Amino acid sequence: MNPIKIIKNGIIDENPTFVQVIGMCPTLAVTSSAVNGIGMGLSTAAVLTCSNFVISLIRKVIPDSVRIPCYIVVIASFVTIVQMLLKGFVPALNDSLGVYIPLIVVNCLILARAEAYAGKNPPIASLFDGIGMGLGFTLALTVLGAVREFLGNGSIFGFAILPEASKTLLMILPPGAFFTLAFLMVLVNLAKNRKQEVGK
Amino acid sequence: MDLFVTLMAAIFVNNFIFSKFLGLCPFLGVSKKVETAAGMGVAVIFVIALASAATWLVYNFVLVPMDLAYLYNIAFILIIATLVQFVEMFIKKSSPSLYQALGVYLPLITTNCAVLGVAVNNMEANYGFIKSIVNGVGAALGFALAIILFAGVRERLEKCAIPKPFQGFPITLITAGLMSIAFLGFSGML
Repeated sequence: MNPIKIIKNGIIDENPTFVQVIGMCPTLAVTSSAVNGIGMGLSTAAVLTCSNFVISLIRKVIPDSVRIPCYIVVIASFVTIVQMLLKGFVPALNDSLGVYIPLIVVNCLILARAEAYAGKNPPIASLFDGIGMGLGFTLALTVLGAVREFLGNGSIFGFAILPEASKTLLMILPPGAFFTLAFLMVLVNLAKNRKQEVGK
Repeated sequence: MDLFVTLMAAIFVNNFIFSKFLGLCPFLGVSKKVETAAGMGVAVIFVIALASAATWLVYNFVLVPMDLAYLYNIAFILIIATLVQFVEMFIKKSSPSLYQALGVYLPLITTNCAVLGVAVNNMEANYGFIKSIVNGVGAALGFALAIILFAGVRERLEKCAIPKPFQGFPITLITAGLMSIAFLGFSGML
């Protein structure tokens, strides 16, 4: 087991957003600013890391036929904890993420990692898998949020950069989320194609 | 009248796909053909209607009186999972043809965030029993409308020459973005 390799796998090789294309709802919904993207990404990463670890610990106790409900209960418990922590310590972020915090429960990324990795691998490896996937998710959300905030609001992380006149409101409205993710994916595809051609 | 406004707002103005981004996984996953999209839409309408009723009852008659409201998330997801399982068994027994038509989409609805989204939305807005169901059905109708329209566009997209880096997900997302702009037109309506 190589922790660095597992983490790198989650961030780059199997990036949840750009490569696996799962967990789309929060990805598109909350990324109207870079700060929201980081907040959502880290909350999801925290839940994913904890749930991966616990699910891996109890994987031999759970009967196979009821494993999905068990996973969901573990995940839902951690989501509730994260939600309470956010409410207590960063209420502003909690307000701007709103309903999407409880909805981390049904983020397919978390259940997918529980099913594909934590249910089959030892706890420490699952822990690192959670960290890697969580960071990959955070990275994607932050980039998406930063691009949308820059184009739509002329700022990055709240610091104004562009003049008032060059703001494109559409980019922070829902359609902007679809377009930004589409073009980021095109860039990823182009990079992949180039890599393959160089490889030849 | 109030209920009618709620229904229209849920279908068009606050469309689950295009303005709230709930239920995107099935939206992107099973929208390749109009037929399967319609099946998914029907299944979602059915489950959301039942789930909004069941979660409302449990929240107001069990969780609130027992001071357990903070556990709503765990309770809701369990209710939804149980409900989907139950609906699956019921349909299998009572109407095998409908069961065949819905196929694999039925169990997948558990992880459709639209269902949990409606339940949490109803709870936070403090809707009454009837209004919760109307809001749920409206949201589900909006989902069905969006996924069927989208599948229609995607069927035609298959025949187009798309630049290589845009193939697959990017062009799908751009299509969704354009439809989302169309739905923005409803936003000043109510």
